[in-house]
Amino acid sequence: MNGVLTVLLDVFRQPSIIVALIAFIGLTVQRKGASDVFKGTIRTLVGFLVLAAGAGVVSNSLAPFGEMFQHAFHVQGVVPNNEAIVGQVLVEYGSAAALIFFFGMIVNVALAATTQYKFIYLSGHVAFYMAAMIAVIFGVAGFSTWQVILWGSIAQGLVMTVSPAIVQPFMRKVTGTDDVALGHTGGAGIALSGLVATVTRSGKRPSKSTEDIKFPSGLGFLRDTTVIIALSMAVIYLVVALFAGPDYIQGELSDGQNYVLFAIMQAATFSAGVFIILAGVRVVLAEIVPAFKGISERLVKNAKPALDVPIVFTFAPNAVLIGFLSSFVGGVVGMTVMAVSGTAVIIPGIVAHFMTGAASGVIGNGAGGRRGAVLGAFANGLAITFLPLLLLPVLGDVGLSNSTFSDADFGIVGLVLGHVSSAGGQAAVIVTLVVALLAVYGSSLVLRARNARGEQAAAAVEEKETVSAS
Amino acid sequence: MKILAVCSTGLGSSFMTHLNIDKALKELGVTGVDVDHADLGSVSASSADAFFVGKDIAEAASGLGDVVVLDSLIDQNEIKTKVATALERHGVEVPA
Repeated sequence: MNGVLTVLLDVFRQPSIIVALIAFIGLTVQRKGASDVFKGTIRTLVGFLVLAAGAGVVSNSLAPFGEMFQHAFHVQGVVPNNEAIVGQVLVEYGSAAALIFFFGMIVNVALAATTQYKFIYLSGHVAFYMAAMIAVIFGVAGFSTWQVILWGSIAQGLVMTVSPAIVQPFMRKVTGTDDVALGHTGGAGIALSGLVATVTRSGKRPSKSTEDIKFPSGLGFLRDTTVIIALSMAVIYLVVALFAGPDYIQGELSDGQNYVLFAIMQAATFSAGVFIILAGVRVVLAEIVPAFKGISERLVKNAKPALDVPIVFTFAPNAVLIGFLSSFVGGVVGMTVMAVSGTAVIIPGIVAHFMTGAASGVIGNGAGGRRGAVLGAFANGLAITFLPLLLLPVLGDVGLSNSTFSDADFGIVGLVLGHVSSAGGQAAVIVTLVVALLAVYGSSLVLRARNARGEQAAAAVEEKETVSAS
Repeated sequence: MKILAVCSTGLGSSFMTHLNIDKALKELGVTGVDVDHADLGSVSASSADAFFVGKDIAEAASGLGDVVVLDSLIDQNEIKTKVATALERHGVEVPA
């Protein structure tokens, strides 16, 4: 009997099997045929193992980078890249992360169904990364497995509901509709951009839209993630390699291989690892997200899908480029400040600056024209540089791995949960989550009352109009 | 016939476009069309018969052959119209 139990435990400790089971459930509730269910489940199992393999590639290329950086500058150099850190985290926290991801979706649907916040978070990849970070923080805080999953799922569901909600006032200005929301872990930084753009807007001389500018074409290669990661990492590795010097690298790290070639190959390997991880994530999500979408559409009336950032890119392509550059400048400024003050150094993560910086540019442009796009995205760039620095201590050993979570929501959620749990333990975490739930329901009641009043007023106006028309 | 939705990472917006193309095919009553999504880096002209991309990556995707550029990734009517024209272009019959 005991033997059977041990085997069962072994099985459930395999994250790939947990994820495959979730896919199995997802496919079954979609009422797929037996062969589709079988195929999808196996694909997910393999997809997760692909992801884990990519994690190995990424960590192998990051390890010498960390040593080079340490040797050259005597501080820790950290590359914020979601795929890189999640890949590594999932090796240890995969099962908890997968379950938090799964039950977090259920909490998200429940919150959307019972409050005025009708947002259904459909960006499965970043939701998965968020679940991984929450699993790490509660794990580091010393919670037991079931507590990690229980409180983690509630925290996850709250984030999935609140993050789109804070961006929505600005999102409406961009899309001109209230039917679509933005679902991305950059949410807090993007909302910050909207806020900064609104505050700095001048009433007298409103800034023109970015879309009146004519931009030279030819920057299209920036859209290709693999190319942009390989290029930017090559630059970063080369700079660090030059500072670390050929003697150290050829003697200690590269086994005699020329240090410039070594740096370039490690950078390309990093990009290869991210490529593999992305392929794995894609396969894993392909079977789960459609089920989530279908179920939420059936259960939540007037559901608003919260979608990935590129959906706003099409509304203001110029603001995309301006936002990326401005956010990146913010990242470089932040890095310089860190280098001078001698803390660990957060190197600007190109993908994060591109995705969330570009979205900040579009949102900032919607709220405050060109000036809003530049200043808003710059604020986002600063936020996604300093938040990861503050996040490092709450991640425990994971914070020492030369890579970290990049977007603003990770920083905010991680800091709140991490500090609450280290200050007051589990009780404080529970209190915080309950307070957050109450705040969501309380503000929802206020919103509902306001909407009802608005509808009454509209009805009254309409009535008057019909009366006067007749 | 195979349709591929493409975005820069192949994770979020291309996946949504993929699901919306599925929906459009269902609404049009067309079956037997293979739909998938991918990232810009791993597709080539031979990966599919038609590629659906957002306006923002239109330039980067222009080498893929039959590229359908969507002005908005969230406008289901636009997707449906463009799916229907793409199907006809590739000789797939769309029931009226």
